[in-house]
Amino acid sequence: MASDKVLSLNGLSKRFGSVVANNDVSLTLNKGEVLALLGENGAGKTTLMNMLFGHYLPDEGSVEVADESGALRALPLGHPQAAIAAGVGMVHQHFTLAENLNALDNIVMGSENLRALHRNRRAAAEKIQTIMTRSGLSAPLDVPVGRLSVGERQRVEILKALYRDVRILVLDEPTAVLTPQEADTLFENIGAMARDGLSVIFISHKLREVLAFSHRIAVLRHGANVGEIATADADERTIARMMVGADTERTERSAMEPGAPVLSLRDIRVPGRSERDTLEIPELDVCGNEIVGIAGVSGNGQAALAGVISGTVQPQSGTIEIGGKTLHDFSPTAMIGAGVGRIPEDRHHDGIVGSMSVAENMVIERLDDEEVQKNGLLRREAIVRNAERLTEAYDVRGPGVQAPARLLSGGNIQKLILARVFEQMPSLILANQPTRGLDMGAAAEVARRLLEARARGAGIILISEDLDEVLGLADRILVIHDGKLGTAPSRDRESIGLMMAGEMA
Amino acid sequence: MDILQIVFTESFWAASLRIATPLIFGVLGALICERAGVLNLGIEGIFVAGAMSGWMAVWLGAGLWGGVLVAALAGGFFGFIHALLTVPLGLSQHVSGLGVTLFATSVSYFTYRTALPNVSSPPRIEPFRPLDVPILSDLPFVGPVLFQQTALTWLALLMVAVVWYVLNRTPLGVAIKAVGDNPSSVDAQGLSVYGLRIGAIVAGSALMALGGAFLTMSAFDAFFFGMINGRGWICIALVIFASWRPGKALIGALLFGAFDALQVRLQTEVGALVPSQVFLMMPYILSIIALVIAARGADYPRALLQPWFKGQR
Amino acid sequence: MIRIEPRQDSGPLLRYGVPVLSAVVALALAAIPLASAGANVVTAYGEMFSGVFGSIFAFSEMLTRATPLIFTGLAAAVAFRARLWNIGAEGQLYLGAMAAIAVGTGLFDIPGIFLLPLIILCGAAAGAAGMALPTFLRTRFGADEVVTTLLLNFIILIFLQMMLEGPIKDPMGLGWPQSPPILDQGMLPTLIDRMRVHSGLVLAIVAAVIAQFMLVRSVWGFRLRAVGENASAARHAGIGVNRLLFSVAIVSGALAGLAGVSEVAGLKGYLTADLSPGFGYTGIVVAMLAGLSPAGVVLSALFIASVFVGADSMSRAMGVSSYLADLVVSMSLLCVLVGGFFARFRIVRTRVSAGGA
Repeated sequence: MASDKVLSLNGLSKRFGSVVANNDVSLTLNKGEVLALLGENGAGKTTLMNMLFGHYLPDEGSVEVADESGALRALPLGHPQAAIAAGVGMVHQHFTLAENLNALDNIVMGSENLRALHRNRRAAAEKIQTIMTRSGLSAPLDVPVGRLSVGERQRVEILKALYRDVRILVLDEPTAVLTPQEADTLFENIGAMARDGLSVIFISHKLREVLAFSHRIAVLRHGANVGEIATADADERTIARMMVGADTERTERSAMEPGAPVLSLRDIRVPGRSERDTLEIPELDVCGNEIVGIAGVSGNGQAALAGVISGTVQPQSGTIEIGGKTLHDFSPTAMIGAGVGRIPEDRHHDGIVGSMSVAENMVIERLDDEEVQKNGLLRREAIVRNAERLTEAYDVRGPGVQAPARLLSGGNIQKLILARVFEQMPSLILANQPTRGLDMGAAAEVARRLLEARARGAGIILISEDLDEVLGLADRILVIHDGKLGTAPSRDRESIGLMMAGEMA
Repeated sequence: MDILQIVFTESFWAASLRIATPLIFGVLGALICERAGVLNLGIEGIFVAGAMSGWMAVWLGAGLWGGVLVAALAGGFFGFIHALLTVPLGLSQHVSGLGVTLFATSVSYFTYRTALPNVSSPPRIEPFRPLDVPILSDLPFVGPVLFQQTALTWLALLMVAVVWYVLNRTPLGVAIKAVGDNPSSVDAQGLSVYGLRIGAIVAGSALMALGGAFLTMSAFDAFFFGMINGRGWICIALVIFASWRPGKALIGALLFGAFDALQVRLQTEVGALVPSQVFLMMPYILSIIALVIAARGADYPRALLQPWFKGQR
Repeated sequence: MIRIEPRQDSGPLLRYGVPVLSAVVALALAAIPLASAGANVVTAYGEMFSGVFGSIFAFSEMLTRATPLIFTGLAAAVAFRARLWNIGAEGQLYLGAMAAIAVGTGLFDIPGIFLLPLIILCGAAAGAAGMALPTFLRTRFGADEVVTTLLLNFIILIFLQMMLEGPIKDPMGLGWPQSPPILDQGMLPTLIDRMRVHSGLVLAIVAAVIAQFMLVRSVWGFRLRAVGENASAARHAGIGVNRLLFSVAIVSGALAGLAGVSEVAGLKGYLTADLSPGFGYTGIVVAMLAGLSPAGVVLSALFIASVFVGADSMSRAMGVSSYLADLVVSMSLLCVLVGGFFARFRIVRTRVSAGGA
């Protein structure tokens, strides 16, 4: 008798240099089952799935996948093609779509013979139509993917996998870019497909959706499988404890009376590529002793808003006042000069110069400072001393202040940026996705520092796609959608979710 | 001096097409490489290698089409070096390309000098002759312009259609365009990023070499030092002007050929008034102007210049 | 199964070993073309060696050849460090040389103590202008400076030919397209009697020392490194990227212009259209071989100059084409590229378990 088992991961281990990403992880999946793979950022969920799909080669362990008859067979490792052939499909967190091609080309690519002299587009389109009807997922087929919305792109990603007749579908954080309502629809479709016999693994760190939509939950911590539990037997508290190994500690936030406005935006307009990502802010004030949280699905104008406050984006029109003074020059230098501290969204790309030393990165925003230079020459001893003091105070751990900053871990890079920013006692702080990709310890440290700055009188704009983070930190919550800000009527998940989707609650 | 009169002569258009031919090969070749995400600055040296090796093969008795084949192989070889350095090793495409240009040029010059140590005037070969298609060649205007070109010009025009068809109508073309936009999209579908990119660079470089071969086997009948004279670089500018499309590449090369043909004719008209060098500069100045006009709105392949390593995202 | 993994930090052995090894490998590879040209390989290497180290004269010739290469190598190194692709040092060299001729051949008949600095200043300014234009086209219009600088090389060379047949043609030149000679007091003095090596070499080394110092110790150098390594983070941190690129363009172009000054006012004395056998392009190889470090440029220029001078002398003695030198130079660039890869990454062989069981 063939078992119900369709997938078995046996003792997979993977190391990157000295970092152990996965340590002896075993996992099974049954036919028609929806398994949630839960864990903190950096727990090794994505690495595990990338080994299954052949993107990474495990250091140890093996993978078995059931064939048509239901018998488990070893999967050759390190070959995406073998995984595809065995019926495994993966939807990556970062979409793997060619934006210059339309959805049809993206879906069909790889399943056609590369030596063929022509393509049967009609047959392909018909097959995709059938899949779309059956799965309830639809997307325009003949428009370049670059012009599709994020939700549509994700459906194209899933259609790509279904087109290859997958029996096992892996979804890596599928709802990270969706509104709560879009996410629910997606999971309903997935549930229906599972009832038709599709086996699904989805990676998430959102307890709510894991509890609502999975059959079984497996939890990874520090690269190891620390336990599995049937969803019916689980509640938030137990799985949260499994995830972090202890009860989570909520950041305490005391109530504070907002002070004088530190930032006033008036009639700001930043044209985007379409009406949808054109930023329009008639009025926005942020006061001292106040954290203003900006919730929203990414791609709704957050980048433009952050750009304006960082000084990297020049608005087409409008005025900006910082600490009561109107700025006439939108440049990073002007913003730094006016006392704005900026924590960029992409800390590797915009936050540090990886090949320069930790010490140099600590002073990169104030090169004209007397402490840093004299007559155009660097005061190297002072720069190193400054870095030694700050790495101590902000607990930046790494191979020393003279080492290249790229050798630091993500959390320590963020601490480096915090040290650089907070040490200047900014009156306004822009924190753009400040905890994305950090482990819970580092994330708690960021939250603590933000609250500390608020207590000392700074005004803070917190842009985040993580609604829980916004709910936990912000004194006032705004929702950004299609480049426009709206005030959340209450701190209620449901109504904020509807606003994120563009429907006024 | 009457520009209109010049523009309406058959010989002007025949010359435009002749001047455009090596550029068509070069732009198509560069376009294929860049569509796959790799800038190939080896082009100038690959032109030299194609010109020298094609000519030398004919001179050694390989026949004209044998020469064309040798040139394409030589181009593919130097393209392969660039491909190895930039694709699996992911090195700077700028520096690697310049390195390949220096290498291909010096290999060609060294080989030529070693084979022909002491010649004052370069030996000549019997080059491709105009096709002279019966009846068609006698058509007014079209006849001399189109049907008295050599086979290599026809090959260039054919390649425009072939490259267009492959890019837009075949699975291979879809994959090449995808790998130049987002290599991970190709990898996730189980296709080889390295294989596609290396293949595109080798094929594109072989085409570039044919541009060089046209110069020694059709436009002229011998190999000279310095005969490529920046034609490769001009192609790199024209690719941007052509927004990476074969059809627009043809138009760009033809426009360029027309301007060049025009300046040669103007030179004979007003040669006494303006130094001849002013006209010689024109092609390069035109290329810079074309680049400046096209660069602002240029829709570069998104992955151009970006190295991609397997297992790293 | 083979995998590529970045090294945590490449130690000094790799950093300094790779260029040296690349140079050695490129030289060794020259045996292939030598043998295929029918030469006795051992004798050929011997001739090359004695062509550089065999006599004071030979050594002085090598230093003479290295002088312009230090300048063009510095021009490339400084620009490349900021990711400004100045491939136009060849053209900028000629602009510098033309400026030197324009002011140095009698326009100002003033004492050398004034004329020489004037020549140097004008040459540097002309070279700087030659790089400022493509940098403007890049920052203002987004036109790739690789292509524009390459094309400008051809434009400038044709412009030079035009000048040599017109305004700066030497009336005493028997019809040859060459400029009149620079006034005696405007010439860079030679260093050793009866040898051609001149004080341009001292100038070049001083330039390298200053460039090295500025890159490591000055705020300008800090900004340059930041922009080159991560322009986006530099912009975010308040560094004016376009302004910095202009300053780099000025310095890089000026250094290339000085190469022209030093050749005209140090060696030839007059200007012809074949002043440079590709010093501008070779400068790129010099810079890459030096790992874009100004101090290293001096050493790698000495190596490349030795290859050229040695190959020339070998060529005269054995009849093998002197294009061998270009071959070695281009191969050393390819070798140092590959070597640089192995300095930054390591190749790891991974065990694959049989799978299943």
